[in-house]
Amino acid sequence: MARPFFRRRKTCPFSAKNAPAIDYKDVRLLQGFMSERGKIVPSRITAVSAKKQRELSQAIKRARQIGLLPFIVK
Amino acid sequence: MPLYEHVFLARQDLSQAQVDALAASATEIVEQNEGKVTKTETWGLKNLAYKIDRNRKAHFVLLNIEAPGSVVEELERQNRINEDIIRYLTVRVEEHEAGPSVMMRKNDRDRKRRGGEG
Repeated sequence: MARPFFRRRKTCPFSAKNAPAIDYKDVRLLQGFMSERGKIVPSRITAVSAKKQRELSQAIKRARQIGLLPFIVK
Repeated sequence: MPLYEHVFLARQDLSQAQVDALAASATEIVEQNEGKVTKTETWGLKNLAYKIDRNRKAHFVLLNIEAPGSVVEELERQNRINEDIIRYLTVRVEEHEAGPSVMMRKNDRDRKRRGGEG
């Protein structure tokens, strides 16, 4: 049956097998979940699970604290 | 005893030797209070995402610490006094990661990639 507007739900990138660990030191990984302006991208767009999104936002905030990531990009 | 990751940023105009001295004094504080420093990593002079106390860059040092909580309190007190340290972060972790942290691994990866392209 044809389902024209069906789009498969993306799965959480941190819940898959051998997924990367969320770490405030891993700047490159965290940057993938931030907008160009430096804001944290909502999980409804990135499909990160709620639990992992909490860990992720914690990690990003820690990285910001020690100057690894920006609060805002002007 | 709880495990901690302690990162501190030193002013950009310090020499590498001075940064090492800071790391050594931090280690001393921990060891005087019956703690252990299991790993010391210097990430070198890195660009900051934003200016901190008019510094565009800073020397990053990571210490993996196994010590009672009172040590962290003392360590952070000393860091606040020391004007060469512009920022610090202490995080309690369940376990220390074995081997070099992402920062060190990333440097290797970057070098390899650049080598591959060039």
